[in-house]
Amino acid sequence: MAFFSGLTKSIPTFGKFPGPGTFSRGVHPPARKMLAADAPIEIVPPPEKVFLPLLQHVGAACTPMVKKGQNVSFCEMIGKGEAFISASLHAPISGIVQKMAMVTLPNGRHLQAIVIQNQGEQITGQELWDRLFGGKWPQKAHQTLSPETISEAINASGIVGLGGAAFPTHVKIMPSDKKPIHTLIVNGCECEPYLTTDYRLMVEAPDAIVTGALLSARAIGAKNAYIGIEDNKMEAVAALRRSAAGAGIKIAVLRTKYPQGSEKHLIKAVINREVPLGGLPSDVGVAMTNVATVSAVARGVVRKTPLTHRVISVTGGGINQPKNLLVPIGIPIQNLIDFCGGLRKTAARIIAGGPMMGFSFTNLNTPVTKGTSGVTVLTHEEIRQVDQTVCIRCGRCADVCPMNLVPTRLALASRFKDLGLARKYSIMACFECGSCAYICPAGLPLVQLIRTGKAHLAAAG
Amino acid sequence: MDKSIRNKIPPNEATDEDQAEASPPPGKNPVIHVAPSPHLFDTGMTTRAMMRDVLLALLPVTGVAVYLFKWYAVRQLLICIAACIAAEWVFARMRHRLATPDDLSAAVSGVILALSLPGTAPWYVGVIASGVAMGIGKMVFGGLGMNIFNPAMVGRAFVMIAFAGHLGASGYVDTAAGVDIISRATPLNAFKQGGISTPIGHLFWGLTNGSIGETSGAACLIGGLYLCIRRVASWEIPAGILAAVAAIGGIANLLDMGSRWTLFHHLFGGALLFGAFFIATDPVTSPLTPKGKWVFGIGIGALVMLLRLFSGYPEGLMFAVLLMNGVTPLINRWTVPRPFGDV
Repeated sequence: MAFFSGLTKSIPTFGKFPGPGTFSRGVHPPARKMLAADAPIEIVPPPEKVFLPLLQHVGAACTPMVKKGQNVSFCEMIGKGEAFISASLHAPISGIVQKMAMVTLPNGRHLQAIVIQNQGEQITGQELWDRLFGGKWPQKAHQTLSPETISEAINASGIVGLGGAAFPTHVKIMPSDKKPIHTLIVNGCECEPYLTTDYRLMVEAPDAIVTGALLSARAIGAKNAYIGIEDNKMEAVAALRRSAAGAGIKIAVLRTKYPQGSEKHLIKAVINREVPLGGLPSDVGVAMTNVATVSAVARGVVRKTPLTHRVISVTGGGINQPKNLLVPIGIPIQNLIDFCGGLRKTAARIIAGGPMMGFSFTNLNTPVTKGTSGVTVLTHEEIRQVDQTVCIRCGRCADVCPMNLVPTRLALASRFKDLGLARKYSIMACFECGSCAYICPAGLPLVQLIRTGKAHLAAAG
Repeated sequence: MDKSIRNKIPPNEATDEDQAEASPPPGKNPVIHVAPSPHLFDTGMTTRAMMRDVLLALLPVTGVAVYLFKWYAVRQLLICIAACIAAEWVFARMRHRLATPDDLSAAVSGVILALSLPGTAPWYVGVIASGVAMGIGKMVFGGLGMNIFNPAMVGRAFVMIAFAGHLGASGYVDTAAGVDIISRATPLNAFKQGGISTPIGHLFWGLTNGSIGETSGAACLIGGLYLCIRRVASWEIPAGILAAVAAIGGIANLLDMGSRWTLFHHLFGGALLFGAFFIATDPVTSPLTPKGKWVFGIGIGALVMLLRLFSGYPEGLMFAVLLMNGVTPLINRWTVPRPFGDV
């Protein structure tokens, strides 16, 4: 209740970090993480074929380095990221390269993809887990490696942000003289409802996360490193505290609220700084990465194993057995749904990512990409929406907007293509978290209208 | 869309797709829909539920009105509710639309309008006020959500000027005396014209004459606090009104220590509490942001005191609300919130 929010603004913090442990406004959607929270990560066997789009990240597509009919082995580089902002691609299974195929990703992008037909011996099961996450992770490794070495290893491993945005990591952790970085924040919030990907990883592979965080901090020259976790994941907090003991990484326990995992709001909660409008975390001396990403950094630098697999939640009321899976990148989502017992009869919507910001799709041949953090299958009941009525300007959307915008005004500006009004109310500051549409008593498609409005403004230049 | 089609499709009716999503489809395989994010919604609050909450919050006030004014209150309520719903229907038909009485907004306007009229006002006053409220106050602007002025207050303002003689709130059933009707002035009128002060307790519990809904401060507070807790009314608006009235009333009180019309008379007398909690908080006609709501509330409070202290009218809440409704677009323009990270 906004009425009392002033009283609870500063909560007792569990560790020592400068921020208030939360941010203003936001919403509390039903988390429903219990569906898959206690399901240990299972290893999905290699599929018949994998489909690897050349552009799975922000930036330029990578250049294919293999030809049809060629044999490739696990971890071999098959696409090279040649541009500054790009990422290389590696074979997640051993096999034969087939003809390039066009795939459509859940976000609607049509992309060329390298297809690999499964052939020969595969590393899977416990052996795969041990190679990617298991065993000992040296915490002192970072002290002997130069930042350049770490950065090069990350680049060679094709690592991109695994939280969803898929920005190439070697670019993100590149030190800059203009904007020196003093703090690395590792995002373990996973504020999207349903998803338990990062949670399971923090519980099951905390050592890899700590090592990866130390390496990333060294690469970018950050003196402070925090891992931010919401207080509904105390088991993950405990696991990371044990692993991070004496390593110089602080665990920041934050109040559970959506969208705490948003970059800007996490920085606010942990170090109490506001990223300027239109700016980047580096403007306040912060680099941000995700727990899954730093585990891939550790894997790439310490074990020279590129990003070929990722952990993904397949969850929701519309799937028979919600699970957390370690999957080869490029595996069709149909395979994962089959692995989880198939869809229930009540399933109504399949979402790549979480239910607040994910893309819904129907083509189950879509492959898992580096940025796919989950597959959420929702039932008719779960996506139930209030009947659409007119806006009565109740202001609830403005009360919950984490960017402190007035969504109903932005929607109005969009409807009437009023660019001046859209600018006046800072439409471009909206990052489409969906809090306004979630709360709207009139059931208005506010996010969709704002997206349209942003497109109008972008088109006008 | 041509007229005939518009006639058939009410503007707010759910589309076929929505209905399909509401229930699982027949057949074996699930039917998968696509839609833009977000995919989760809070279904706990709807426009209709907000209106229902307002009606619920008006129950204590309505109860006191019926207790005090008996048949006069019941009659006034029935006339205004029926006339508002009928007027909405008529004006909606004129626009070739279907009325939406099930959103309960017409009923809310009817109850508030009835409670703001004296029980003795003849039936046609209620009917005309309802017609003006729905027609001129709401539907000409485009219906629910589009109007600039509080519909009930537009209707009341019209009849107050057109039928000034009937709006004096003279009839009052004295429950203690057992006599049917005693002509008595309202507390504000009695003071303005005769310098007679009414005990605070009477104002607080509502044992006075007045428009049928305004007499009991206690009933208004109970309903009003419920609305604020449910976040159907924004607490900033009544807080701003009461703060401004307390400040100006307090100063007036200090400047004229001998006056028997004290700060508490200002707070509990007249339509102030009823208006602060039920009229000014209409979301459609009040500003969007917390800051704007404070400005709006303080403006109403200041205008009420200006009219009470210096004008010929004993009460000024209705005009204060209508005036501030008029400047609400301007307040919204002045109080665009600073986005997160804007320096």
